[in-house]
Formats: sequence, structure tokens, C-alpha cells
Amino acid sequence: MIDHHDTPRGLRLPRFGYAFNMTGRIGLAVILFWAVIAIIAPLITPYPPGEIVDWDYFGPVSKSYWMGTDYLGRDILSRVLMGARYTVGISLAGVTLACAGGIVFGMVAAVIGGWFDTILSRLLDAFNGIPSLLFGLVVVAAVGSSIPVLILTLAAIYLPGSYRFARALAVNVNTMDFVTVARARGEKTGYLIRAEILPNILGPVLADLGLRFVFIVLVLSGLSFLGIGVQPPHADWGGLVRENIEGLSLGAPAVIFPCIAIASLTISVNMFIDNLPKKIRDRSQ
Amino acid sequence: MLRSLTTWVLVGQRLGIALITLVIVSFAVFFATEMLPGDVAEILLGQAATPEAVAGLREAMGLNEPAFSRFLGWLGGLATGDMGRSYVNDIEVVDLLGRRLGNSLRLAAVVTMICVPFALTCGIAAAMWQGSLLDRAVSILTISVISVPEFMVATLAVLIFAVWLGWLPALSYGADATSFVALIKAYAMPVITLTCVVSAQMIRMTRAAVIETINTPYVEMALLKGASRRRMVLRHALPNALGPIANAVALSLSYLVGGVIIVETVFNYPGVAKLMVDAVATRDLPLIQSCAMVFCVSYLSLITLADVIATLSNPRLRQ
Amino acid sequence: MTHPLVSVRDLVIGAVTDSGREVEIIRSVSFDIQPGEIVALIGESGSGKTTIALSLMGHCRPGCSIGSGSISLGDKTVTDLSEPQRAALRGTEVSYVPQSAAAAFNPSQRIMDQVIEVTDIHNLMPRKEAEEKAVELFRALALPDPDSIGQRYPHQVSGGQLQRLSAAMALIGDPSLVIFDEPTTALDVTTQIEVLRAFRSVMDHSSMAGVYVSHDLAVVAQIADRIIVLKGGEIQEVGSTRDILENPQHPYTKELLAAFDPVPFVSARAQDVERRKPILEVKNLSAGYGAVVKGVPNFKVLDNINFRMERGTNLGVIGESGSGKSTLARAVAGILPRYQGDVLSDGEELRADLKDRTKDQLRRIQIVFQLADTALNPSQSVGSILARPLHFYHGLDRKARERRVIELLDMVQLPSNMRHRLPGELSGGQKQRVNFARALAAEPELILCDEITSALDTVVAAAMLDLLKELQRDLGLSYIFISHDLSTVEAICDEVLVMYKGKLVEALPAASMSQDAAHPYSRLLISSVPQLDPDWLVNLEHDPEMIRAMDGR
Repeated sequence: MIDHHDTPRGLRLPRFGYAFNMTGRIGLAVILFWAVIAIIAPLITPYPPGEIVDWDYFGPVSKSYWMGTDYLGRDILSRVLMGARYTVGISLAGVTLACAGGIVFGMVAAVIGGWFDTILSRLLDAFNGIPSLLFGLVVVAAVGSSIPVLILTLAAIYLPGSYRFARALAVNVNTMDFVTVARARGEKTGYLIRAEILPNILGPVLADLGLRFVFIVLVLSGLSFLGIGVQPPHADWGGLVRENIEGLSLGAPAVIFPCIAIASLTISVNMFIDNLPKKIRDRSQ
Repeated sequence: MLRSLTTWVLVGQRLGIALITLVIVSFAVFFATEMLPGDVAEILLGQAATPEAVAGLREAMGLNEPAFSRFLGWLGGLATGDMGRSYVNDIEVVDLLGRRLGNSLRLAAVVTMICVPFALTCGIAAAMWQGSLLDRAVSILTISVISVPEFMVATLAVLIFAVWLGWLPALSYGADATSFVALIKAYAMPVITLTCVVSAQMIRMTRAAVIETINTPYVEMALLKGASRRRMVLRHALPNALGPIANAVALSLSYLVGGVIIVETVFNYPGVAKLMVDAVATRDLPLIQSCAMVFCVSYLSLITLADVIATLSNPRLRQ
Repeated sequence: MTHPLVSVRDLVIGAVTDSGREVEIIRSVSFDIQPGEIVALIGESGSGKTTIALSLMGHCRPGCSIGSGSISLGDKTVTDLSEPQRAALRGTEVSYVPQSAAAAFNPSQRIMDQVIEVTDIHNLMPRKEAEEKAVELFRALALPDPDSIGQRYPHQVSGGQLQRLSAAMALIGDPSLVIFDEPTTALDVTTQIEVLRAFRSVMDHSSMAGVYVSHDLAVVAQIADRIIVLKGGEIQEVGSTRDILENPQHPYTKELLAAFDPVPFVSARAQDVERRKPILEVKNLSAGYGAVVKGVPNFKVLDNINFRMERGTNLGVIGESGSGKSTLARAVAGILPRYQGDVLSDGEELRADLKDRTKDQLRRIQIVFQLADTALNPSQSVGSILARPLHFYHGLDRKARERRVIELLDMVQLPSNMRHRLPGELSGGQKQRVNFARALAAEPELILCDEITSALDTVVAAAMLDLLKELQRDLGLSYIFISHDLSTVEAICDEVLVMYKGKLVEALPAASMSQDAAHPYSRLLISSVPQLDPDWLVNLEHDPEMIRAMDGR
């Protein structure tokens, strides 16, 4: 579901030979910002994220509490910074597992073909029919919520889609003459997958990984919003919204800032993927 | 238009594949729910779970039979409309589910009626005037909506329509509404939220499908015959994009039955998704299995319908 | 002198590269077309011939735009018109016959609706009248079932018929100029003749002017009054068809013509042929695709093929698309396992499936494909593409591989620093050389060449053939040369197999193909190859029975 709309003409970075426009750069900057925050969060939180620091609950934006305080009077800025860890970390682990599995199965199915391909494809297609959030809910409700369970569930939800995407790409590459040449040379399946297919599907597969990351962030936030994601006293961004939902009618910053955090991450991943750097191929050179 | 026999053979094949998939899915659903931790008899008996009582109840419920024969029995029951009795409140699952499914389908139908014409118009218009101001605006809007969690759209709707403007109630009890106005008010919020979320997906996929067909030699040929942009898109690109568009619509709509859990929760709307979540909490196996089957059947029938439309719209496959 | 119908003055067309740099792809081109005259634009790929032709309709492909200069058509200046005004010209004043009619017809509409669409767009006449006119055109273009062919869908008629139908689509609005954009390039030679004949007869009986875009001088010679030779977006030479063919001035034109006169091939047959076993012997070979029922696949392609080939000789395989010639190469290589028959090399049986063959057997027979674009992995450098067979078959270490890669590049006359490039950065001819060098890296005895010069421009293809001959002399190779182009096969082969519908109809010595051909299909195929003589098509007479047999394709 990559959107191929016209983008403003690329600026040129002559040293790398890549064209990368402003929208894409902003997207990448925001992604990197949150990634850095997720890593260094404990070092920069102004207050301990679990500590009640203010008498006033749902406090407004102020000099000492930049994003106000939550329903217990905890500092929202600190909680948002720590929440980045959960949201980014869990989603990243989930998407990595889902895509790694999907790509490997997809390529193997495309290269081997036959019964293996048919059965695996049908099975995963059928699995696709189960609504993702609901599946997550059922599993977590049944097994109990913990971070490994969340990661595995999210990976399981998005593996079939990733498989389907990677398989479609790999099937296309597999029909190319260079793969036939390698086969005729006597190469084994392992080499075909590693050297001939993988490098040629990597670009689109990484873009797909980005989109899937967005979906996972959204589902994870949804699970936390329903109260079965990351468990208190810790909270990811979805959990922060849930905790402070009563502040909504007051227009409390405690509910607005976590929302902005989620939106800023997902929108910038989308922006980045729609405007990936393009390698410059100058035909006249 | 005369359709040859092979068309119907192809359609029959699609239906056959759907049916086989359904059996595979029911198998998966049955054994996945079997694997849910916790013994049903123990949970049902609660405080009174003495070993003898548990054993007796297991015997009475047929839990001691082999799993596979229970599966066949269950499948046979499903085929004849017997979904079993709820463990928890001892009501026929059919009755329990029927009421909730009615609610879910009503909501889905209303959203579909608004969403499909709106999304198709937007998607096609954006593709037709690709790169225009309209296209950019549509792209930015849809990307924002799909990037944002559904509960944010829902809470935003509450904030605007219920809290600030005070036009609509924040909670929805659609089934109990008495007057027409009350009915509209009750449905308005879930419908607004779902329309936003579902049409954003649909617009993006429709636009991509139409643009793909615009970049074909036969559409360029139409241009070289002197056709206007409108004619190129509506007469030449659109009929050939019908398959992918039907698929996009089906995928988005399949979301409306099972994917609406957040909306059902936020607006307290009594639909199937919520029923299933509650059923999981109480380990009500027959109910969980039936709910899961409802979702899979709705997904499969939508996808199969799209497949059949794609087959019928393609003269190559048709003859 | 009459007032010209088309007048192009100092036309410059620019394109924007990926990096946003503007380049001129058409540089200051000027020419006129008189009413009723047919002018050919000839040149290799990238010469700008299609770009110029489309600009006459006021259309540029995405990324291109008319920079300066003027184009006038009749009393209108196309370059000054707005887009709706240009649209009004298309189909009525100037119309277009596309290269691939199969792609240019909308698959979901009936043919008639598309042929008469021009009359509907421009409100020229009522539908009934338009349909009658279309049927008349179908008849004039010698299409079968002219009354009912319009009711079919595009996929239900053959490529040659579609190409004629697209001409009907162009002629329905009575334009004063018709643009033919390589309309016969995608067709087989026997079909090409029928289409060319049909075009010629319609153009002869009307007063329309034409622009005929092509890379093939012999085809152009049959239809054009005047030829414009293009290269690199500039006009090299303009002259009447006869002048250009008989008295070319520009070196590039001379080169194009020279490529038509192949140097006679001298076989490099080994001296001790008699004592050694044939390098390839094929007995009762049958192969096909699809589900296998009782040992026989659903779609049989090759039926009972027999031939033998001596070491050091070259074997040509000709036939049109669908005749099974590429399948033959795949069956020999084991890519498509045969279901019946034997393949022997040096008297040693080769198993049907390549998975069952030894590494050495695989090494000895290499296959090279037509499209270097898809035959080279776009994400590997030329160096690693060539190094892989060296490692795989010969187990060379890194240093030895590097040395050998440079040697191989030198053998195919490419500079050694090209090993650091990616295939996407090479020209078509360079890619095909790398493609061939990869086969050489295995140190094979037999190379199966599947249309390896077909996608190349005339001059580049001629150079490639010279290289193949030279390598054969130096390395003692044998080639099986599969091609639809008879002159290519003639230039490099000792013997030629003619294939038709999966069967081998005749084996002929390459040097005397046209004299020796006995089978009616071989005669039809050989006589269908266009000659540089402008009167060739007019004087050509075909066996009417064979043509009937071929009709409907």
C-alpha cells in the first residue's frame, strides 16, 4: 500500500548520488528522534516516571511540568519519554520477527513452489481473515499480558501479510532469466534465495516493513487503550491515553500529548516511506 | 450478456476454494480455542470445583471424548445451525449471537452505504487529477487518518460532537432508540468514526488501482484518439481496475464486522466483537468458537465476492 | 511546390533526468511532409524517432516536454495549441498506429467499440454509419470475417489481425496524417508481410500522408517515399528511399546498410570429426508444460525432434514465435525436463532434469538468454556475476577469480574497470557481452544462444556476431543459435533447422537455404524476409495454399 503520488522534485545530495526530498527528510528526522529517545529515556526524564510529583491532577502545561500532569499528578513528559521505550521497542521487535519470518517463508515458497507453496499460502491466507486486534485481544486475554506475549502476538498477526507480500515479489524475481541461468548452472535453493532473490526484493520489503511497523504501533496502542497491553505502573503511549481518558472533557494535556506522540511517529514513518531517497540514474552519463 | 460455461466453472472453483478454506479455518479455530489455558469444568464450577464434581461435569459435557470426534460433532452442528449452548449463562449461542450480529450488521450496513460511494468517488477523482491540489489534499488526509489509532479518531469525535458541540450523546445504545432522530443520534458517532477509518483505506487502494491502469498503453492510445482525461479514466482505466477495486472494498469492509472492537468499546455499542472479548474472559468456548467463525465467514464471503466480481469483469477469464 | 502538410522547424524536446537535470533528447530537428507522402523515420533505440512522431500529435511521454521550435499540421500550429485543442486534432487530423496493438487495445471492450471510438469522441457520424465504415475498412485491410470480427474481444484475435485492426482504428476519422510506430516489429515475418501489404494498399488508395517509424531499413523500403535517418536525436541524412538505399552519404547510414550484407560464414569444423562422437545428439525428443498425465504433459510443445551436431559446428534454429525453438534450448539444457527421447553429448546420456546431471555435464553446456536486462542480476556487479561460475565450477580463489574476470571482459572486448559496475549502468550491447562472458566463464563446449542479438540494434548486433565468430575460432566452441531472424542465422551457422508448430520440418545447409528449401513452410518463411529492394513486396508471390494455411494467425 505504498502511495505513489507525485512529490516535489528532489534535492540533490551530490556526494551520495541520492535524491531525497524535504518530506522524506522530516519523516526520517522524527523517526530518528524517537529512536534516540527510546534508547536514552531513563537519562533525560526530569522526574521518576512512576512518582506522584504534583498535588494537582490533570495539571496544565507549566514551567516545571512541560506537558502537564496526569490523573494521579505524575509528570507526563517523563511518562511520554519512558513510553517511547515500550511503544518503539515492542513494535520494532514485533515487526522484525514478523517480517523476518514472512520474508524467509515467502522466498522459500516462491523458489520451491508446488505443494509446499500452495498449502502454506492457503493456510496463511485463512489466518489473514481473523481481525488482527481481536486476535490480539483473545490471545492476551487468554494467556495473560506480558511483553514477550505482546511481541509474539503482534508478530503472529503480521506474519501472514508480510509472507504474502514477500512471496509475490519473490515469485516475480524467480521468473527472471538470471534465476533460470543460476538454476541451469546447478545452484542450490539456498544460494538462489540468498544471492539472486533477496537482494532484488530488499527495497520493497523494507518499505513494507515500515508500513507494517505503523500497523503494529497502532494495534499495540489499541491493545493498551483497551487495558490489555503494557500493564501498569508502566505505560506505553496507548496506555497513557487510556489512563488519562477522563481528562478528555477537561482538554487536559495529559491525554493530548501521548496522542501527538503516537501520531507523530506513525505519520513520519508513512512520510518517510512515501518519499524514500531515490538513487540518481542519469541516463545521459 | 451471454456468459459461457467456463465462466461458471471458474466461479464454482472460487466458491469451492472458499469452502475448503472455511473447513481449514474451522479446524484451526476449534483446536486453537481448545488450547486456551484453563479447564472449562473447573472454571464453571468455581468454588465448588471438587475433583469429583469436575470429573462429573467433564463427563456430562462430553469433554472426555477425543478432540477430533468433538470437532466433527461441532462442525456438523454448525452446518445445521446448532452452535451449542453457552457455558456461562446457558442460553443457545444462536440466540445470543443473533442479537449481537444484528447490531453489528446494522452498523456495518450504514457505514457501507455511506463509505463505498464516498471512497470510490474520492479515490477515482484523486487518480483522475493525479498531482492536483485535490489529489494532494486527499493523500494527506487519508495518510493522516490511517496513521492515527482508531481510538484517537473516536475520542476526537466525542470531544467535538459530544463535549464541545453537545449535539450527540457520547454513548450509543442503538438497539433501544425509539424515535428516528434518536436512532440517528445513537448511530452517528460510531458511523462517523468508522466511515473515517474505513474510507481512508479504501480511497488509497482505489486510487492506486486506478493509477496503475492509467499507466497502460491502451489508456495512452485513448489519449491519442483525442479522448478527454475524464473519458480515459471512466471508459478505459476504470473497467479494467474493477477487480483490484472490488478487492480493496472487500478488504476494508471485512474490517467492519470484527475489527470494530475499539469503536464498540468507546461507544459502548453491543456488537459481536465485544461479545467475543467477553466470552474469552469467561472461557465460554462455544461462544468464542461461534464468534470466530462469524468473522471468518464474513471475511471469506467478502473476499470470494470480490474474486467473483473480478472474474466476471474480465473478458479474458470470462470466455 | 505545394504547401507542405506537416512542417517541423528547429524542434527541441527536453527530458528531465532523475536528478532533475534537463537534457535535450531531440536537438533542432526540421523536416516537411507533403500531402499524400509517406516519410520514414529510421534509427536505433534512443534515436528519438518515436518521440518526434508523437510530438506531431502534440503529445510527449511523461517527463518530456517540447522545449522550442514549431510543428505545424495543415493550417494549425500544434505547438501553440492548448491541450483540449490538441485533443480535437487527434483522431481526425492525425492518428496513430501503435507498436504493440495487443497492448494498445483495451482488454475489456469489444473491438468495434474501440475502432469507432474516434467518431464518438469527435461526434463525426452516427454509430450505425461508423460501424459500416469500420466493416469497409476491415475488408480493405484483408481481415477475415469483416462483418463479425468487431464483435470479438482483443484477446480473441491474433497479433497480426490486431495490428490491422489498429490501423482501421487510425483510419476511421479520415485523418490527413497517419503515424505508424514500428507497427510490424512485434510480428513474425510471415505475418509482417500480410500487414505491410494491407497498409500499403490502403495508403495507395487514399490521399493520406504517413510517418512510418522503424528500425528496419528493409521494411521501410517497401512502404516509404522518403527516409529520414536519425541518431542521438538529430537528423543524419534525408533522401528518397531509392537514394538512401543505393547512394548513402552519411557514415551511419552506410553502417546500417552494411549490416544487411553478412560476411559469408566459414565453418571452423574440427578436422578429426569422424573419429569423435557428435557434441550433441537429440533423439525423439518431446517436451511440454503443464500438469503431467500418464507421463505426458498437458501442453505439448516439442514433438519428436531428431538432430545431431558435430563438434566445432554451429546449428541454427529458425521458426516463428510459438514454434518451440526456445523450448528446444530449454529441453536440451534440462531447464524444462523432456518427457520422452534422449539427449546425448559426446555419446554420454544427459538426464532429462538438470538436477540429475553432474556438475561437469552442466558446465559443458551453457545457455545465454535473449534479454540481457533480465538475464543479469541487477543487484550484483559485473565482476561478481562473472566470478560466480568461476567459483562454482572451477573453485578458483579470490585472486585467481579477479584475474580471470579481467581476462573474460577482455575476451568480450570490454574494459576491465567495467567489473565494478552494475548491469543497470551498461548499454544494451555491453550487457549482452557480459551475459555471454558469464557463459564463457564456465569454459563450456556448447553454448545455446537464445535470440541473443534480437534485442540489439542492427549495428550493435552485427558487432556481436563478429565477436562470436572470433571467440569460436579461438576457443573451439560450438553454438546452437536460435533466432527468428534468418540473416543472423545465415551469418553464423553451418546448418539450419526449420521448426513449425513444435515439429522439425526441415534441416538445411545455411549457405544455400533459399535454393535448397523443399518444405512449403520453409519456403514461405525464407521468402518472407524483407529485402532492401523497394520493389520486393510488389513482386513477391507466395504459395497461396501455404498462406491460407497460415491465415488466422
